[in-house]
Amino acid sequence: MMRRARDHAWITGIGLISSLGHDTAAHWQKLNGSCTPRPVIDPQRFAPYTIHPLAAIDFAKQIPRTSDQRQMERWQKIGVYAAGLALADAKLAGDEDLLECTNLCIAAGNGERDLALDARILAAAGPGGAEGAYLNQSLTAGLRPTLYLGQLSNLLAGNISIVHKATGSSRTFKGEEMAGVSAVADAVARIEAGEGELFLVGGALNAEREDALLACELSGALYQDLYSSVWQRRAQGGGVIPGSLGAFLVLESARHARRRGAMPYARVSDVLSSRSRRGRGDVAAAAAGLFSRLGLNPKGGDLGILSGASGAEPATTEERQFIAGLAQRGVTPVVRAWGSVLGHSLEAHFIAGLALAALAISNEAFYPPFDTSEVESAHDVCPDRVLVTTFGHWRGEGMALAQSAW
Amino acid sequence: MGSRMLDAKGRPVVVVTGIGLVTSLGVGARASWERLVSGQSGVKPITRFSTDGLRTTIAGTVDAFDITPLSAHDLSLTMAEVAASEAIAQAGIGRAGHFPGPLIVATPPSELEWPHLNRLLEGPSDAGLAGYQRILANARSGAFADLARHVRFAAIADSLQQRFGTEGEPLSVCTACASGATTIQLGLEAIRRGRTEAALCIGTDATVHPEGLIRFSLLSALSTANEFPHKASKPFSKRRDGFVMAEGAGALVLESYDAAKARGARVLAVVLGCGEKADDYHRTRSRPDGAAIIGAIRKTLDDACVAPDEIDYINAHGTSTPENDKMEYVSLHAVLGDHLARTPISSNKSMVGHTLIAAGSVEAVFSVMTIGAGVLPPTINYDEPDPDVPLDVVPNVSRPARVSTILSNSFGFGGQNVCVVFSGEPA
Repeated sequence: MMRRARDHAWITGIGLISSLGHDTAAHWQKLNGSCTPRPVIDPQRFAPYTIHPLAAIDFAKQIPRTSDQRQMERWQKIGVYAAGLALADAKLAGDEDLLECTNLCIAAGNGERDLALDARILAAAGPGGAEGAYLNQSLTAGLRPTLYLGQLSNLLAGNISIVHKATGSSRTFKGEEMAGVSAVADAVARIEAGEGELFLVGGALNAEREDALLACELSGALYQDLYSSVWQRRAQGGGVIPGSLGAFLVLESARHARRRGAMPYARVSDVLSSRSRRGRGDVAAAAAGLFSRLGLNPKGGDLGILSGASGAEPATTEERQFIAGLAQRGVTPVVRAWGSVLGHSLEAHFIAGLALAALAISNEAFYPPFDTSEVESAHDVCPDRVLVTTFGHWRGEGMALAQSAW
Repeated sequence: MGSRMLDAKGRPVVVVTGIGLVTSLGVGARASWERLVSGQSGVKPITRFSTDGLRTTIAGTVDAFDITPLSAHDLSLTMAEVAASEAIAQAGIGRAGHFPGPLIVATPPSELEWPHLNRLLEGPSDAGLAGYQRILANARSGAFADLARHVRFAAIADSLQQRFGTEGEPLSVCTACASGATTIQLGLEAIRRGRTEAALCIGTDATVHPEGLIRFSLLSALSTANEFPHKASKPFSKRRDGFVMAEGAGALVLESYDAAKARGARVLAVVLGCGEKADDYHRTRSRPDGAAIIGAIRKTLDDACVAPDEIDYINAHGTSTPENDKMEYVSLHAVLGDHLARTPISSNKSMVGHTLIAAGSVEAVFSVMTIGAGVLPPTINYDEPDPDVPLDVVPNVSRPARVSTILSNSFGFGGQNVCVVFSGEPA
């Protein structure tokens, strides 16, 4: 059997909500000004940790039924809302026939616990801690029956199917930052191999909760000093400043998009990943290895890079070294680390970077520096191609190329 | 162009060359299988924690490993390692510490358990803090870094990759109780695309801890037939009253047929095809007309290039909940029609319990063994047929039968439906 030529994966819809705003237009407007954008932060609520709180969102606009909202935790609402924006942007919302064959590739952790219940149970426990009959009775009486559905990783996807009726297939990838890379890679591979035409890819983080902060802080990953950009945290030991965010993309085969007259923001290709053991120099070596595999054309010249640096060390410093070393390959990197303005969003982070790359490519304008360090030169660049990176705060290195679809 | 063995759609044929298993019935595929086909149950009273005040006090726990203190992460990882070691040894693939392909693993929720929260609360902080503020202050001390593995969603995959030396970024997946089947689907697709010649697919789950049990109990999903644990899981029978939580891990080595043949490996079964379809009806229930399950089965048969009447046997999802077993019947009937009455179908869960995230992997291993052994495992505890679910469930005792094409079903909360078709080695 003869195979058709490989298809291309186009971004035909974007949904993005964060501390900066409730849609892509708000993000473009705030990020594409002439000077470094001002981040929205809250240093008090979870002190000594700073977070980027979600902008005011009326969830009912995308999740009209209160019965649906009641059965979701906030990370799911953030995701379902952003997913709805992406579907509407791609003109899929309400089109039952297309939604029926829209495949979900979701990057997710699991959702929030009932923190007040946990605290009550722990406070009233005896000297041995919460255990035995006391724990059993407290949980049986105290847990909301539907809370587990707000915690399960795959219930972000489940809620998207229920609320937006996207039901072609449904896969949830786990694993912090790399979950986002896995979700994008799965969708792009299936499009390029002709295994599917329409994909909804995304993730969400609710950074405004202690259990999410705890998961990072057990290994000392959070940044505790006053806010600074990801490149400027090294002197204080580095660290992550989380940001609430929902990022979704509609990825569509170019043939399918042409057939229905959908306009592309950009094409995604070369979704690459590795998992180094994080010894000294491992991240820089992994990044260089991935970069060599990219189908860059031309290989040299100006290259816009949207960096997913988390601020965690030593990965952030090693990424910086890798970027500095690109000059030896004839590449002039123009770097913007979006984590400095949106915060770090774990599973959703890479997808948010692709969304920003797609906005820049379709608007034919790159972003001003997102910080004032020497890493992000004020040099302008024509964003007909943008490299998006992510380097997990613990593990995983990922890259993808977004470029003009034309 | 070489002379690759291609399927009817022109894709490389994918086969199983190694299997490994840990279940409540035993450690190792052979040990589990022998007790499975003799109709024994692995369900028993829970002894690892107090069940005082709980509605359900039984489970198919795996108690074969000495893990102290016990945690979902540590037991899930150990079981996955044991199952994967067995599968890789049987396949005889790669070399020590290097598996020549990617790892795809289905893992349970990554979360702190109550002993961890107790420890964190009792830490050194003395600033008059309470609850999570105190816990965070203690975490900040760095003294609890050993707990990080419990909340890292990629921790199990990371350890497995290091142990077995799989290639590339490992995938951690969750499609609820269809997760195990999803790992096989992802492996199948990767080999068909030519991205790899082999894949290591694992599902593992060890979440029989107090909160794990209570949250399913609060969803009214669990059997409360505590008095006779062996009899509690009774798929398709009239008095079924919920599933029985269980622990386990299943591992499969998938390879392209050509790669397996080239190195002289024994082919245990062919993975003919996979399919999936998401439901949009309810978080824990299927559409009443079964449309999503029907869609998953039809897509699977289409992917496998198999007609409905070519299915010889069905390895059921068969959880023993009133809802699941009815919907599984309704949906199968819609696709198989009259052929369903002639098609035996049994539920491994009647004996091992419901291994949740691992179920699709465990049942895939049993499906492969069913083809190899020519014996259909029974559905035990089938004492009273449900007239609304008229199926040949291979009641209570196993049955010798040569079957060449098996459909394995996996359905999960959140509207996840994934099916796989296995067959014997191509002639």
